[in-house]
Amino acid sequence: MAEAEGGEVTAREEILGRVRAALGRNPGQPVKPPAAPRLRIPEIPADERFGLFQTRLEALGGKVYRAPALADAGRLVTQIRPPGPAVASNAPILREAGITSLPDILTGLTEESRLRDVCASAACGITGADYGMAQTGSLVTIAANESRLVSLLPPVHIALLRLSRLLTGLDEFYTLVPKPAGGACSTVFITGPSRSADIEMILVRGVHGPKAIHVIVVEE
Amino acid sequence: MMMTRERLVQIQNAVADTKLQNAVYSATARLKEKRQEVVEELPEYQELRTHAAALKKHALENLDHYLEQFEANVIAHGGKVVWARDGDEAAGFILDIARQRGVKMVVKSKSMVTEEIHLNQRLEEHGIEAVETDLGEYIQQLAKEPPFHIIAPACHKTRQDIAEIFRKGLNTECGDEPEQQAGLARRVLREKFLEAGIGISGANFLVADSGALLIVENEGNARLCTTAPKIHIAVTGIEKIIPRAQDLAVFLKLLARSATGQLLTVYTSLLGGPRRPGDVDGPEEFYVVLMDNGRSRLLADKEKRESLNCIRCGACLNACPVYRKIGGHNYPWTYSGPIGAIITPQYKGVLQDPWLPFASSLCGACAEVCPVKIDIPKILLDLRRDVVAERTQASSNRLEKWAFQGYSWLMRHPRLYALAGRLGAIGAKLPFATRIGPAAKWGQVREVPMPASESFRAQWRKRKAAK
Repeated sequence: MAEAEGGEVTAREEILGRVRAALGRNPGQPVKPPAAPRLRIPEIPADERFGLFQTRLEALGGKVYRAPALADAGRLVTQIRPPGPAVASNAPILREAGITSLPDILTGLTEESRLRDVCASAACGITGADYGMAQTGSLVTIAANESRLVSLLPPVHIALLRLSRLLTGLDEFYTLVPKPAGGACSTVFITGPSRSADIEMILVRGVHGPKAIHVIVVEE
Repeated sequence: MMMTRERLVQIQNAVADTKLQNAVYSATARLKEKRQEVVEELPEYQELRTHAAALKKHALENLDHYLEQFEANVIAHGGKVVWARDGDEAAGFILDIARQRGVKMVVKSKSMVTEEIHLNQRLEEHGIEAVETDLGEYIQQLAKEPPFHIIAPACHKTRQDIAEIFRKGLNTECGDEPEQQAGLARRVLREKFLEAGIGISGANFLVADSGALLIVENEGNARLCTTAPKIHIAVTGIEKIIPRAQDLAVFLKLLARSATGQLLTVYTSLLGGPRRPGDVDGPEEFYVVLMDNGRSRLLADKEKRESLNCIRCGACLNACPVYRKIGGHNYPWTYSGPIGAIITPQYKGVLQDPWLPFASSLCGACAEVCPVKIDIPKILLDLRRDVVAERTQASSNRLEKWAFQGYSWLMRHPRLYALAGRLGAIGAKLPFATRIGPAAKWGQVREVPMPASESFRAQWRKRKAAK
């Protein structure tokens, strides 16, 4: 619909024209750059980050565990996971931790319709996380490395996060990854289990996404 | 000033409805308190507001540049930008895509812009089912009502109301517990997510240097809408642009805190285009509809341009004594509360609902909580001036003109003025004085202060004589 038909002004040209007229600007007129981005990485010693992350996420109803080695993470998953089939994403860390070879775990799915069906009926979704943010108790999952549905459709989400990837917060993330969309079509911050307070401001968990989230922080 | 009888009755009913008053008062009080708590814990809060306002100002002053940059980056990531002058064009595009792809049902995540253009109605007129998926919006859709609050669409309803809405709307049993009710919505909507051909979302921010949109939410419905269907269409206003992804570090610290008192919402998604090679899921097609629908007109008004800074956090609604009394359904357009009171007249023309900028005590609570520093009380005053100016120009109000001419003449004739004062004092004491004539509307809700038994002039004369 934006295409020109026989010299007609397109919506694009008309809107940009109106905007320029409103601002008194000419097409292609250069822009004085805005003030430098405001990014101030707080000083939180590495050993305090874990505690802060845990406090924040558990205040929201999440659960945080610490695993000295990858093999410990695998054992923790066995203890935490609810009964029933689980789906694991294709993140390399899950294979390294031996999680993909645990019983009743579906993994290695590369075909979307099959992945959807599996996620829709799984009791639990297991993923990696690209980063953590201690100040907010958040996980960062980037689509280039992680499935989007595995952390979304099953009622329980378990994620493995390397301690070395636990950042202080937003400012450190955007310093490290200035343009997240350059590398992936989706970058999601997950901060606690799905929730709503739309009915009388009463907190309900697991409205559309998972009602429980467990994060295993791996020191190795 | 010039409110329709119908509107006045509606407002009176809302104010007299104790159930509604309780629901709205407690919901907004809760949101207010939560915001206050987290804002106090953030030492750099004021500095962030200043920074955010400056970024918005910069982006709006160079909007054409950033829109073109945004478009180029969306295209580079395999998406498409569609420009829409108004709701007809935005809806027309979605209908075309739905027809071409044979889509009969779309899922929607919360979007005020689609409310603004009545998108659901337009789609349904063409046989396409549009399902709201945010819990509050879904309740409102089943109740056939527009959202009551920008971020808490059904905050005026009790759980008993909601049980009834689900019983009627879904033809199924439903208890009074929010947990059960949310569970029911989850089951019904899960099917819809997996079946829908198109997911429609709004956008909280459009990031120019990334060609990406940012969406905040708590339930996961926006993630589902933008992940499960094969086609994702975001419908948004051109004013939502920010220059860089790194600027999100400023805006994200303000948005969730101001809206719900959270540090971040549960899900904060930055979406830049369709699924890429090697991705296992995500939409195959990605469209961003950039809609004007009056925004460029607001942009031209330098004095009130900052109205477009709004990031739709809803904090001004919770802070506003007027909103908390009259509620979200007594504002004439999609946007309610103080922000609605300043943008509605600018979009619709000041004479459409001339009372709107006057329905404020100018207490300033809205400006104090605004995370992007919109000076709402000042803009309300500017709009009051505009209303009066346009009225005078239309010379529709001769009565007022004559009244002031008469007053001026009276002031110049001291004896007549004194006489008029005495007559006025007698008149005001008559029991029906504010029940009839031009003072009737004013008198309905007010007690008239009684004039002193003796006028100032009379007292003055007495004192002089006594000396």
